Amino acid sequence: MTNGHPVLEAIDQTVEARRRPRMDVVYGWVSTVDHKKIGLMYIVYALIFLVIAGLQAMLMRIQLAVPNNHFVSPQVFNRLFTMHGTTMVFFVGMPILFGFGNYLVPLMIGARDMAFPRLNAFSFWISAFGGFLLYFSHLGGDGLYGAGSAPDVGWFAYAPLTAKVFSPGHSTDYWTLAILLSGIGSTGTAVNIVTTAMCMRCRGMRLSRMPLFVWLMVVSSGIVFVAVSPLTAAQIMLTIDRYLGGHFFDTQAGGSAVLWMHFFWIFGHPEVYVLVLPAFGFVNEIIPVFSRKAIFGYPAMVAASVGIGFISLSVWAHHMFTVGMGPAGNTFFVFATMVISVPTGIKIFNWLATLWGGKIIFKVPMMFCIAFLFQFLVAGLTGIMLSAAPFNWQLSASYFVVAHFHYVLVGAILTALFGAFYYWYPKVTGRLMSEGLGQWHFWLFIVGFHLTFDFMHVPGLLGMPRRIYTYEAGRGWEWWNLIVGIGALFQTAGILCFVWNMVRSYYRGEIAGHDPWDAWTLEWSTPSPPPSYNFAVEPTVFSRRPLWDLKHPEDQDVNYE
Amino acid sequence: MSSIPVSTQVDPTWRLPHRGVVGMACLIVAESAIFLIFVVAYIYYIGKSLSGPTPAQVLELPILGTICLLSSSITVHFAVSALRKAKVREATRGVAGTILLGAIFLMMTAREWYFLIHDVGLTIKTNLFGTTFYSLVGLHATHVVVGLIMLTVAFTLLLRGRVNERHAEKLEVLSLYWHFVDGVWVVVFLVVYVLGR
Repeated sequence: MTNGHPVLEAIDQTVEARRRPRMDVVYGWVSTVDHKKIGLMYIVYALIFLVIAGLQAMLMRIQLAVPNNHFVSPQVFNRLFTMHGTTMVFFVGMPILFGFGNYLVPLMIGARDMAFPRLNAFSFWISAFGGFLLYFSHLGGDGLYGAGSAPDVGWFAYAPLTAKVFSPGHSTDYWTLAILLSGIGSTGTAVNIVTTAMCMRCRGMRLSRMPLFVWLMVVSSGIVFVAVSPLTAAQIMLTIDRYLGGHFFDTQAGGSAVLWMHFFWIFGHPEVYVLVLPAFGFVNEIIPVFSRKAIFGYPAMVAASVGIGFISLSVWAHHMFTVGMGPAGNTFFVFATMVISVPTGIKIFNWLATLWGGKIIFKVPMMFCIAFLFQFLVAGLTGIMLSAAPFNWQLSASYFVVAHFHYVLVGAILTALFGAFYYWYPKVTGRLMSEGLGQWHFWLFIVGFHLTFDFMHVPGLLGMPRRIYTYEAGRGWEWWNLIVGIGALFQTAGILCFVWNMVRSYYRGEIAGHDPWDAWTLEWSTPSPPPSYNFAVEPTVFSRRPLWDLKHPEDQDVNYE
Repeated sequence: MSSIPVSTQVDPTWRLPHRGVVGMACLIVAESAIFLIFVVAYIYYIGKSLSGPTPAQVLELPILGTICLLSSSITVHFAVSALRKAKVREATRGVAGTILLGAIFLMMTAREWYFLIHDVGLTIKTNLFGTTFYSLVGLHATHVVVGLIMLTVAFTLLLRGRVNERHAEKLEVLSLYWHFVDGVWVVVFLVVYVLGR
């Protein structure tokens, strides 16, 4: 073994076909410590919550589509936006990206599993339990005081609204505990991902040869350590306030409401990067394969990712310009926020340079990545607008902000995720997703996205605050809100195509084989779906594109790196 | 295309770091962030309590507890290096000493809390000092308890002869955690008992 084995010898041809009793299958999934099964459970769990939180968004858009609407009550509207935000960030965004990380990181670095398989299962189940606890608040939230059924304090839950006097009952406690548990799960998985990437790489896979997706998962996990932990700490403090009579955020006893804002956003802003960096990772893998070129500027990409990770920790208070931090604080956070656009810009230029002169293949995964490039650019530009404190004073807590961050979360992250689904679905299931349905999904979703979120900027500029449950006619907001609502319908239609495509392709999709995209990273050297041990023999790599080396022995990458 | 000629470019001594150490290092980073937030809250609220008692009135320097906890870092280090050299008896003694010193520290904390709650009447509800003091010191004490439980498990396994030098790296991971808990205490000591008084 000292000299290692070439990659293709690592393929095992065994196919398991024996049908097992149903309870055995359930038991197998519940008790599994296999990174692929855990990854899939993360993804399926997140997709279910995606549908739930998407329906909540639809209800809000119906309510806001016309002025003076009484489709839902103000109380229900408060619960809807709280649950939508909390679910999307903690129970859709984090688990779906960790799901992909779980599934792909060991395969990409030529390992047989994560570094700590049992910790992996624990992290998943504790996160899943957090999600169930959040939704159990619909049943259990009434508590002894008969007030509230689901959390209604907003996803950033500013103090002192969360104090026991202002939020009686248990709904806020469900929110707190759900996030606490999800934080424990996220930290566990992040520990696992970093350790796997550091300690489980196959022979020859130096850090400088690690696929960029793995690099970005590592950086993202690094941010999880230092960003999610403050939130965990803040939730412990909030629980102490609510249950033990502490005064951390109790303004009546000298406590500070602004301290909660700082603690929340010390988590809240890096969290955006926790979510977007894996999305960058998807794009880093998909664009080169569909441009038939190696990624442009690999070292610069790694450096930019690590740079984003560090800078993201020093920008949180740009969420708080309207609090009044004084000129020194404002200036620091304006500049820190603007500086982060430098490494991000480097990434965009590198993607463009990868496309440049490439033989571009417009399959669905690639189309989503191209859409990602445009939409992420716009999201970044409105981000720079909002980072200027005077402009921010004007538009803070308006629909302009809502449009901006949905441009990041939907336009960049979700769009890249869709690309990733089309790209890796054949690896996971062994069958390709339908290209035709994919095109329908792409166009319906992109048209809907732009109808919704391009036009959402306008009522924000016209002064429409976020989180209002209805508005008067005659302020110039009606038409914009109606267009936004219509866009949401298009997006829903697109998502339906996506769901149907996934279900249909599972049974009737074209058989994919090992390597349907003629790609270069190690996960494409195993069968689709991969056997439980991934690689029959531990592979050995000599460059960043081990499969390219195999397919093109006359022109190996190792000569150029 | 089925095989690459065996190349000598791959380093024959392909070594990666021990995963327990890396995993514990990651956990320590995450835990440090939690402690950092509690320390920031403590410092931010120094002198902001609207009513007494104040730290200067009621806090005593916990000298004995601090000495015990810091020396327990040395004993656990001796335990690990002894186990590396396959000296199981000495390792057992080191772990036992660590548990003893950690337990003394906990007892000192318990006595301090008893004094504060019973004699002074300072609880987590009393004022901001009480809230921040009990949560920061309590969070640290919780970590000491977790460490003691794990050390006790190690001690039991050592007594039963189930541990040999191949487990040195596992004991080292545990010792890393213990060193971290001690390091946090240095910060807590400086913030609560020196700066905060």
